[in-house]
Amino acid sequence: MTAAVAFEEVSCAFGQFVAVDRVSLEVREGEFFTLLGPSGSGKTTCLRMIGGFQFPTRGRVRIHGADATRLPPYARDVNTVFQDYALFPHMSVRDNVAYGLMVRGVAREERYRRADEMLELVHLPGTGARRPAELSGGQRQRVALARALINRPRVLLLDEPLGALDLKLRESMQVELKALQRQVGITFVFVTHDQQEALSMSDRVCVFDRGRVEQIGTPEEIYDRPATRFVAGFVGSGNLLEGAAARRLTGAQGAVMLRAERIRIEARRPGAVPGVVKEVEYLGAFIRYIVDVGDRTELLVNTARRDFALGAEVTLSWPEEACHRIPQGPA
Amino acid sequence: MSALARSLSTTLYGRRGLALALLLAPPLLWLGIVYCGSLLALLANSFYGLDEFSGVIKREFTLKNFVELAAPANRDVIARTVGMAAAVTVGCALVAFPIAYLMARYTRGWVRAALYLGVMLPLWSSYLVRVYAWKLLLAREGVVNWMFAEAGLSWLLQGILAVPGIGGPSLSISSLGTFIVFVYIWLPFMILPIQAALERVPQSLIEASADLGAHDAATFRKVILPLALPGVIAGSIFTFSLTLGDYIIPGIIGDSSLYLGQVVYLQQGTAGNVPLAAAFTLVPITVMAVYLAVAKRMGAFDAL
Repeated sequence: MTAAVAFEEVSCAFGQFVAVDRVSLEVREGEFFTLLGPSGSGKTTCLRMIGGFQFPTRGRVRIHGADATRLPPYARDVNTVFQDYALFPHMSVRDNVAYGLMVRGVAREERYRRADEMLELVHLPGTGARRPAELSGGQRQRVALARALINRPRVLLLDEPLGALDLKLRESMQVELKALQRQVGITFVFVTHDQQEALSMSDRVCVFDRGRVEQIGTPEEIYDRPATRFVAGFVGSGNLLEGAAARRLTGAQGAVMLRAERIRIEARRPGAVPGVVKEVEYLGAFIRYIVDVGDRTELLVNTARRDFALGAEVTLSWPEEACHRIPQGPA
Repeated sequence: MSALARSLSTTLYGRRGLALALLLAPPLLWLGIVYCGSLLALLANSFYGLDEFSGVIKREFTLKNFVELAAPANRDVIARTVGMAAAVTVGCALVAFPIAYLMARYTRGWVRAALYLGVMLPLWSSYLVRVYAWKLLLAREGVVNWMFAEAGLSWLLQGILAVPGIGGPSLSISSLGTFIVFVYIWLPFMILPIQAALERVPQSLIEASADLGAHDAATFRKVILPLALPGVIAGSIFTFSLTLGDYIIPGIIGDSSLYLGQVVYLQQGTAGNVPLAAAFTLVPITVMAVYLAVAKRMGAFDAL
């Protein structure tokens, strides 16, 4: 099966600054694919190259097998939900949603009927006559979604669409977006800097740093078996042990990642790893201890146990399979 | 002193309305008395008459001035002026839009600053000097005529000048010349509002339009132009009203047919007929009011 979107050694530079550096990736048909990374890591530039708003300086972009490297946006079977929604302020919500049909010459009656259907799909029936300015942030987001879906694109691009929403709304929109993707069955390419969002929504995640792909994999792979130090540090809270500390604590050579929630914390007993509690953070669902284990090494421990105070002498232990060795490579 | 200032600010702090009233009183009085007051005086004047023999203003209600406005010669003046103002507005919009578009979308940094300067610079020099300079440029011995001759296009210029109504012996003695100078003089007042409007159109709207399948021409028609329209309307209010009231340019450049501003000037100066001058002044005010109403009706301010 041909990939929905494929990058072949794609680079994009702005003057001296290389925003995207020799990226190759494949987005499978029908999957929820997330580009994850800190700001300035090149994820949005990649999305813009799929949309056609930015052309690569090198390499090739394919959409459903066909070369789309230098195709203008209007010639691509791809639609975008913009970060700021980019709704046309001088048009009603219905005209916004119907815009893609209007420029294709669909008659007014037909396009309004379909626009109302789309508004129904995103749970905004009856808002067609309003102006975008009269809607709340969450509603505008849905209008942008309806507008992008009306042309029935084979790939939908979403550029941090939930970034401007408050936490509660964001969480419910995550669930809704995922459900919508299952319902319409088209490929979603989603950009976010929020690792939680990426893990909870995606079929596969591509982690970016400084214009390079660090790892592509399922959320489980990214979380449990990070391929690089960067991924280990960026996704989830974990302990990255290196050199002497790694050798002493895990017996392994090189870099080792140990997830904070895999560590067991108990009152001091012989054996295992002794330490002293340096910091206690109450985080609601769990407690985070920072434990000094000597050699200027501190471990993060996430646990439900709240019976250790600052300065408590404790013992840490973990199952052997909790230690993930990070493959050596250019860091 | 500082204790006094402090107690004053404490007094005012809880009384936002009082503070606001104190701050706004001077400008509002200015606006109310000097601006609106004189307009009302003008309106009142237009209903007064003139004693035919003594030339003294008779403060009695009469509609004679407005009847006189409808006289054929005066109707011509009004039609000529409104026609010129409309033509100048369209001309300004056509010239200004590409320049404003260039400034707003394709330049930044020092290039944009230089363009700003280029647009504003003429406003810093005397209006009279610039109009007289144009008289020389457009004269039969002037540089425009010379350029047409050098390009072997004298026949074209002569042909244009032969058109009745807009032509004349030379560009500087034709209403086409008046038009050119009007467009030149008011151009900055059209460029700046259009540029400001275009600058406020987010790039993402243009991208969204292309994303949804619109070619550049469709994006321009459906997104950029409607959003720039308030700027065009704002600019046209300037160019239209400034042309309606101007009496200097048609006095220096043109075929010596009269425009509204000149008639007002003559009536209240040489002729001493202030009531008729006041009646004439109400014409551009009425025309502008109608113009704004129509613009609003057509949805020009919807995107504001």
